[in-house]
Amino acid sequence: MFDSLSGRFDAIFTRMRGRGRLSDADIDEIAREIRLALLEADVNVRVVKDFISRIKERATGAEVAKSLTPAQQVIKIVHEELVATLGSTTVKLTMNPKPPTVVMLSGLQGSGKTTAAAKLARLLKSQGLQPLLVAADLQRPAAVEQLRVLGKRIDVPVFYAKEGSPQNAVDVARSAFDEAARLGRNVMIVDTAGRLQIDEALMDELIAVRDIVKPTNSLLVVDAMTGQEAVNIAVAFDQAIGLDGVILTKIDGDARGGAALSVKAVVGKPIIYVGTGETLEDFEPFHPDRMASRILGMGDVLSLIEKAEAAFTAEDAQATEEKMRSGQFTLDDFLDQMQQVRKMGPIGNIMKMLPGVPKELKGAEVDESQLGRVEAIIRSMTAEERRDPSVINGSRRSRIAKGSGTSTQEVNALLKQFKTVQQMMKSMSQGKKPRLPIPGMPIR
Amino acid sequence: MSNLLLVLIVVLVAAAAVALVVIGYRLAIARRSQSALLAPPETKTPINAQEVEPDPDQAIISPPVELKEGGTDTGLDSKEELEEALRAEATRAEATKAEATKAEATKAEPLRLRDRLGRTRAAFAGALAGVSGRSSMDDEAWESLEEALISADVGVSTATRLVEAVRASAKAAKIKDGSEVEGLLRREIALLLSPADRTLQMAVSGPTVWMFVGVNGVGKTTTIAKLATREGAAGRHVVLAAADTFRAAAAEQLGIWAERSGATLVRGDEGADPGSVVFNAMASANSRGADLVLVDTAGRLHTKVNLMEELKKLRRIVDKTPDSLTEVILVLDATTGQNGLTQAREFAAAVEVTGVALTKLDGTAKGGIVLAIQSELGIPVKIVGVGEGPEDLIPFDPEEFAAALFGE
Repeated sequence: MFDSLSGRFDAIFTRMRGRGRLSDADIDEIAREIRLALLEADVNVRVVKDFISRIKERATGAEVAKSLTPAQQVIKIVHEELVATLGSTTVKLTMNPKPPTVVMLSGLQGSGKTTAAAKLARLLKSQGLQPLLVAADLQRPAAVEQLRVLGKRIDVPVFYAKEGSPQNAVDVARSAFDEAARLGRNVMIVDTAGRLQIDEALMDELIAVRDIVKPTNSLLVVDAMTGQEAVNIAVAFDQAIGLDGVILTKIDGDARGGAALSVKAVVGKPIIYVGTGETLEDFEPFHPDRMASRILGMGDVLSLIEKAEAAFTAEDAQATEEKMRSGQFTLDDFLDQMQQVRKMGPIGNIMKMLPGVPKELKGAEVDESQLGRVEAIIRSMTAEERRDPSVINGSRRSRIAKGSGTSTQEVNALLKQFKTVQQMMKSMSQGKKPRLPIPGMPIR
Repeated sequence: MSNLLLVLIVVLVAAAAVALVVIGYRLAIARRSQSALLAPPETKTPINAQEVEPDPDQAIISPPVELKEGGTDTGLDSKEELEEALRAEATRAEATKAEATKAEATKAEPLRLRDRLGRTRAAFAGALAGVSGRSSMDDEAWESLEEALISADVGVSTATRLVEAVRASAKAAKIKDGSEVEGLLRREIALLLSPADRTLQMAVSGPTVWMFVGVNGVGKTTTIAKLATREGAAGRHVVLAAADTFRAAAAEQLGIWAERSGATLVRGDEGADPGSVVFNAMASANSRGADLVLVDTAGRLHTKVNLMEELKKLRRIVDKTPDSLTEVILVLDATTGQNGLTQAREFAAAVEVTGVALTKLDGTAKGGIVLAIQSELGIPVKIVGVGEGPEDLIPFDPEEFAAALFGE
């Protein structure tokens, strides 16, 4: 499997290096690669066809810009088209001028409606709204309980059918309005049962619920791992109940999420939110540009930045950069950095998100326990040693090794490596191409 | 030793890159918002601003350990309330059961894949009509055959390989007729799937354990419920181990099914260590002389290292009763695309998956990814789920599956 579209193009472009313009044959070949990349990302076959013909058109006419290699040019076009198809801005929910605003969630079984309902409620609540969760999934055993537990966790009331009252989704939906009024809630989030789009009885029920709640936002919940079927699902739900938008769930996996593109392309409704993790906070507005990069396998820089911003402050970063540049980057700073970086998650994941990191590094299995050893070595040094490692002599070395439960060889290796990297940092920040101490690892 | 060096470099490169990126990004934002102010009114500045200033708490990733904690609140106010909820469920269950029996009465024959896939075929026939009606195959026809396979989530490489193989044999046998070509392709697919033992194995002595794993929302609990019903009806004493202590009300869901099928439920509190649940379930099965333990695990993405480690631990606990674990079933949703192969690979690496349960095959999704899973990893489909009723579980038949891929 290819790691990224740019990786695929490399082979083609090395053959035609030196030419400023793409021939028709080149474009055909590139188009095939793009098709393959998109299909592997689960974009629907028909959507891919349309998409490719648009790319071909633009690529044929395009002057290759001076600043870009043909490869970059094509990738830029593909990326731009992807962003354009996915929707160029982040879309928000429509608010009903006359409350309550009703958000109705629908989708297949297991797409993540109940979880998405609770996550959305939490997000809206944090924005100062007063949501009410409505448990209209009376099909799956314990679905109501699940929503109640989640509601309690985020401190949002949940309306559900009590014993004795009618046990059907339409009645629950109807009575929910009174409850919203009684509790003074201005947003109603209706969780419906999962259903296959060809299950007529359940689709009729969904239509009946829609007619009662008249959703301000009818959102389809789609699993990011969905394959070619995404198109059929989206079209069928759109025809039955009319959709205003989409919630894409489980994007914290490694699926490329081509379903997002398929759905947007066939029903034309924007993706509004994405579910990004297991906890109820893991829910964000959708960013088309990030999704485009992901579909192309291009490294999710923006998400990395967000993670970085959560772990570092800008001042910290500035200070670090300053130190690196001036070559005053000490082992203390390194320890600090290491802890910050670890806060962002497993190192391996971070490397995957960084663009332009060579394959050798990206694929490298980074053993997190090794980080512990490095940390132990540094922590076994005195403050003076950390500031200026050159004072470390033989006896200090063996003391450090003993203190950290490592060997003097390891201590040596660390010190030596640190020195090299220190120099590398310095030259990197001076704009020189860094020379990494491992052969075959140029950094772009 | 070289690993240590690698780690060091990786950390520093990451740190440096992160630092530089953050600074560069800040500058870019400053520039962007400046130019946004100067830009014509149709560029929506507020949205831009919102986009670049992400809510800090949205990006925070809590350390993995905490994921499983903080769940002590069961969410149900009192015992009575829980009982009330369960009673309500039971009433509903009765209704469903009654309906199910009614449905069964009208349809006495046992369900087969073919019956359930009828709708699928109808929906799909249009796409292939072009090929089967052809008297000769041109490039376009071959391409549409390949596209049909890709549409069924078979995946580009498997589809290409299949079509090329058929193309070669069609040429050798001088077959030109579209419907004959289709027949060839069907046989090729069935062949790819054929050599496999699809029976769910029982332990030679003592309780048998089947463990169910998979990503979130694929239908693990429902599949277990169906099996519990089937095996219970066959006279086996079934223990259900509710080792999904993470998802809210997952144990309740399984409990309702236990009640319906007469199985014994072993559960822990929400947020409890799933290992303890499995341990207790094994102890209970051993002491009661139960025949079968079905272990329901929490849905987890195969990319979450800590959760995959937890799964390995569960397996180790079961393995303490030697030779009891005969099946580790990966539950896979038929709508899953190419990621299904990665899922299978990762779960297999972690807990040695023995078979696949393909769920939700009663929709229009084809589940073509199981072709790749069997041909590349050698893991066969053992169970097919086609509905929500307890009896909607059917054996997998390669011939019928192949036919369904083409809508026949």
